[in-house]
Amino acid sequence: MKKLRYAGVLTAVALALTGCGGEKIGSQQPAADGGNGKECGTFNLAVNPWVGYEANAAVVAYVATKDLGCEVVKKNLKEEISWQGFGTGEVDAVLENWGHEDLKKKYIEEQKVAVAAGSTGVKGVIGWYVPPWMAQQYPDITDWRNLNKYAALFKTSESGGKGQLLDGDPSYVTNDEALVKNLKLNYEVVQSGSETALIQAFRIAEKDKKPLLAYFYEPQWFFNELKLVKVNLPKYTAGCDADPAKVACDYPPYDLDKVVSKKFADSGSPAYDLVKNFQWTNEDQNAVARSIAVDKLTPDVAAEKWVKENRAKVDGWLGK
Amino acid sequence: MAAITSDVEVEVRRPRRGVVVGILLVAWVAVYFVLRGIDTLTLGSQETTTLHRWLTDHRDDLGQGNVVFDAIRMTVDQFVVLLQNLLAQPAYGRPVPVIGWLGVVAVAAYLAWAFGNWKVALLTAAGLGFVGLQGLWRESMDTLALTIAAVLLSLLVAIPLGIWAGLSNRAFRVATLVLDLMQTLPTFVYLAPLTLFFAIGPAAATIATLVYAAPPAVRLTAHAIRSVPAESVEAARSLGSTRSQTLTKVLLPMSRSTVVVGINQTIMAALSMVTVAALINAPGLGDTVLKALETLDVGVAFNGGLAIVVLAIVLDRVTTAAGDRPWRTASRRRRILLAAGAAGVLVAVWFSRTYVWAAEFPTSVNIGSRIAVTTSNLTNWVQDVFGGFTYGVRDAVTKGVLNPLEALLTGSPWWLVATVVVALAAVLGRWRGALPAAVCSLLLVATGVWHDSMVTLASTLLATVVVVAVGLVLGVWAGRNRRVDTWIRPVLDAGQTMPPFVYLVPFLALFGTSRFTAIAAAIVFAVPVTTKIVADGIKAVPVATVEAANSVGSSNWQVISKVQLPVARRAITLAVNQGLIYVLSMVVVGGLVGAQALGYDVYAGFTQSELYGKGLAAGLAIVLLGVLLDRVTQAAARRTQRFPRRGDKL
Amino acid sequence: MTAQLEYPEVQDSDALLSIQGLWKVFGPKAQRVPHRPDLAALDRAALYTRTGCTAAVRDLSFDVAPGEVFVVMGLSGSGKSTLVRCLTRLIEPTAGSLIFEGEDLRAADEKRLRTLRRSKFSMVFQHFGLLPHRKVIDNVSYGLEIRGESKPDRRRRAQEVIDLVGLAGNEHFYPEQLSGGMQQRVGLARALANDPDVLLFDEPFSALDPLIRREMQNEVVRLHREVGKTMVFVTHDLSEALRLGDRILLMRDGGAVQLGTGDELVGAPADEYVRDFVRDVPRADVLTLRWIVRDARPGEPLDGPEVGPDVLVREATRLVLEADRPVKVVSNGTLLGVIDDEEILAVVADH
Repeated sequence: MKKLRYAGVLTAVALALTGCGGEKIGSQQPAADGGNGKECGTFNLAVNPWVGYEANAAVVAYVATKDLGCEVVKKNLKEEISWQGFGTGEVDAVLENWGHEDLKKKYIEEQKVAVAAGSTGVKGVIGWYVPPWMAQQYPDITDWRNLNKYAALFKTSESGGKGQLLDGDPSYVTNDEALVKNLKLNYEVVQSGSETALIQAFRIAEKDKKPLLAYFYEPQWFFNELKLVKVNLPKYTAGCDADPAKVACDYPPYDLDKVVSKKFADSGSPAYDLVKNFQWTNEDQNAVARSIAVDKLTPDVAAEKWVKENRAKVDGWLGK
Repeated sequence: MAAITSDVEVEVRRPRRGVVVGILLVAWVAVYFVLRGIDTLTLGSQETTTLHRWLTDHRDDLGQGNVVFDAIRMTVDQFVVLLQNLLAQPAYGRPVPVIGWLGVVAVAAYLAWAFGNWKVALLTAAGLGFVGLQGLWRESMDTLALTIAAVLLSLLVAIPLGIWAGLSNRAFRVATLVLDLMQTLPTFVYLAPLTLFFAIGPAAATIATLVYAAPPAVRLTAHAIRSVPAESVEAARSLGSTRSQTLTKVLLPMSRSTVVVGINQTIMAALSMVTVAALINAPGLGDTVLKALETLDVGVAFNGGLAIVVLAIVLDRVTTAAGDRPWRTASRRRRILLAAGAAGVLVAVWFSRTYVWAAEFPTSVNIGSRIAVTTSNLTNWVQDVFGGFTYGVRDAVTKGVLNPLEALLTGSPWWLVATVVVALAAVLGRWRGALPAAVCSLLLVATGVWHDSMVTLASTLLATVVVVAVGLVLGVWAGRNRRVDTWIRPVLDAGQTMPPFVYLVPFLALFGTSRFTAIAAAIVFAVPVTTKIVADGIKAVPVATVEAANSVGSSNWQVISKVQLPVARRAITLAVNQGLIYVLSMVVVGGLVGAQALGYDVYAGFTQSELYGKGLAAGLAIVLLGVLLDRVTQAAARRTQRFPRRGDKL
Repeated sequence: MTAQLEYPEVQDSDALLSIQGLWKVFGPKAQRVPHRPDLAALDRAALYTRTGCTAAVRDLSFDVAPGEVFVVMGLSGSGKSTLVRCLTRLIEPTAGSLIFEGEDLRAADEKRLRTLRRSKFSMVFQHFGLLPHRKVIDNVSYGLEIRGESKPDRRRRAQEVIDLVGLAGNEHFYPEQLSGGMQQRVGLARALANDPDVLLFDEPFSALDPLIRREMQNEVVRLHREVGKTMVFVTHDLSEALRLGDRILLMRDGGAVQLGTGDELVGAPADEYVRDFVRDVPRADVLTLRWIVRDARPGEPLDGPEVGPDVLVREATRLVLEADRPVKVVSNGTLLGVIDDEEILAVVADH
């Protein structure tokens, strides 16, 4: 075994003898960043942990780098911390905001460190969903009035004898506990705690034909895999959700929007104009999200692919 | 020396404790059926108390823009960036890090050889090569840089504190309490405030890791100092050593190997924080894992997790080998070889700075995607085969054990539960048990999350019981059989450092969204540490003692139950304590897979600014549960070991 | 060493180390015990029940003369190890006075105490108390190192004592590489290295094999002869005590039972406890003729051989048994009495 010790030394010597070939560092220096607007500088982009957001971030970052010559720094952060970053100057933009009235109040109105930067064009839907097989087998289940009829189906070890309504990541505000109470549903809200748990639950439910009723939302890359069916709650009317305790109607449609830091908005950076002008559709976002989540492309490659196919839209954002 | 126990133990006959405990429990159940549903202090998931709202409003009061915090941030940031530049990120105008992969492998293997032995040097080279082949070289180096920074800074804080706690009894008591707090207070509670004080970036991630990783080093340093033979210290004093001479020339050198165990544990803890740190933009493998999980890609997540495990095993074995090195200085021959090796390392580093092939890990061979695909297929297969069966197990355990226990805890009036807990603690540990039990119970009520605490308590109790049972069995097995120990260690290391998020996805498939899933995850995480401590305790039982038992014809079982377990009692008490702490540190992760209650509250507080105060209160409730259970078990353990020690020297 | 020396009555002024009313009490509020006669009078069990305290050393007074080997003996738990640690305040005494060369040790501050430990006292420990991370020579020179001597100086001095205790050739081993006996030689060398006036031994040989133990005892005898240090030697082994000790203090439950020379303990036990303790001692090896001499009976022939009173019984046995008349015990020309077969046999056939 002692020989092994020498082997290490020998290997190094061998490397010294054989390795003196090969490309030297610096000989393939990448071309300097192209682009026209040199004044862009560093652009700090928060990336919140879901695929739809990542699609937005991928495309904006790609365009900012290639067309504006910005140095884009992506920061993987949860929403709350991204907003916090507006104040400390470490985050310039958030590209897909789902409501978050509390954060808007705190950072836009009270601390005045952030400003709204308009809609992304993507429409968010929140609601209660069932797996496709259930909608097929029990067509009337999509009407909330029939939910009590099927409550027994949804019983689990966690729901204490009632039907289970599975809730997800607590990042999203839900009224589900109030809804169940106010609509007099024989259901128990069970907190799954994460999006991962929700998706996995739907997968298993569809595969094993298990009943499942859960809080979910669109757009979501998972719809590429499984077309969940929404249960219709009493129709949303403006103001019907004013009192969280008395709410008895569906969730409002969300206009997903963008928020930037005050400093960034005032900086005159071309990246700010890009963020402000950035707007696309659910289909656009879904195409990029699909490339990332299903086809496993890196965000950058996925963005490149989409930008090539949709140059006109991109030029519109750039004011060309 | 001062620990004198008299051999005149005044024994008062009292009814056996088991009977008293039994009567108490039966009485509790009986009263429960009468008073069920009264004063249960239930609070809805979106509801808050005045305390919670006050905490939310004052979250930002501390520290933002504080000069001290800024100074710390700058220093830590620069330190981490320096390490990253060395190992991971393109730096100083070059497209590659200062040292390329060949240089890193050579330096790491050389250090492993110099401080340990050639075996761990080979392991180091193989391990680093493996993560490179996984296609995760840069991510691994980022993680390594962050881990090294966090561990070094941890030690900078932990070793002085450990020495202090080792020298002073009062400091030791205070430190124990603070360390319990640091280890059980969920990271999610302080993650957001940390990013506020220390900004988003390496500093916050490093400091979050430090808070979680430093305690083992403090504990073990204190333990090491306390375990130095009294005679060596007396000998030094009798020759007129000053305090600092005694410390630097006697206590510290003689504590080395135990302190290294502490460093070891710190490294493991730091690596288990990698994924959490990724939530605040820490670069590296944690990010790989999190990104993969956004799309539930178990294969890619596992690949990333595996790299973390490999790094953990390498660091563990190298530090262990370094700690086990005998005192002797190197032989002449070894010194010559070391010098030659150093020259070889310099050559390798030069290569890695000059040639592209030695700087960037070759991508032609990538086993990462194969690992990912295989893992996905395997998990799918397991899910298909065991899916139905596992649901059955879940339902049986939940309905048979968990639900009744939870009903009893949550359905009883709070004052009834508190009374029973204090009474139990008093029976088990007299006032030493009763006093902390009473204080903790009242504080739990004050946190406003009593009901959720009881739900979490039920799951925690069940998980801890299983952890201790499994840990004892595995630990005794590994402690008695060297080969088992060798094979089981890497598995245990994996359980301890594989990010829970990775195995949660298959667990969700197997057990659905439920408290049971959370319990299973906690068990996977906590069994390794329990097993390791028990195994070490069993191994430390003097050979002569076991031989004596064998010589009178004891069966294997008798040797275990009558000799090894009782002699290893201290280790087992520690194993129970650590098992409990590890279970509690998984409460929040459990909240992500359906455990609800405190874990969910903490995570909700992290993600929803309006619930911050409630999350903090829930985090404190987890700590209180930990202190409560720990103090009661410790007090109980102390009672059972009160036999007179005649041999004590006066 | 077996020949008994005549000791002058030791006066305080002559004593190297003088101990008066020394107490060491462990436990809560230990201070009160020595100062309250009602508590001080309690026995061990009663004291513990009453106060939760244990008196490891209770009310000891004795003097150690320069050059003397003073042995403290007792069973384990008798407080002897605590006592020897109290002498240099490794354990802080609860009450009493410690006078060394006329200086009150209990009044010494930390710094003065350190100076004394560095130059005047050294201690050898039961389990050696060596530093495993240092070579033999570095262990031996530890005491010199901490008092700041230069490296060549301490190397030289360390080498001297290493040679003195018979460790030459082992300087560069680590303690764990040596046998127990050799390790204790290191302990001894370390204690001798800073040339102390008083050597304290805490059961130094009880962890060693009997043969090694005997060898080490001889070593101590030899050293005492060669370097002439004052020694306080703690042991639970009576034969060791008798072999080495000029005087022996027998302790029980922290208190003194008897203080005297070896033959005093054997020849005139103070109480049943001491009698029990010395029962198995081969008295002929310890007692001198002084202890068995009797007055001549009227008409007894007084023309037998003459011997001195300090001759051991064992050594005189043959002479007495072979003489056909009583042997005369004569000291400086004065007849102390006679000894006959009867007296000799009473001692020799004792057990």
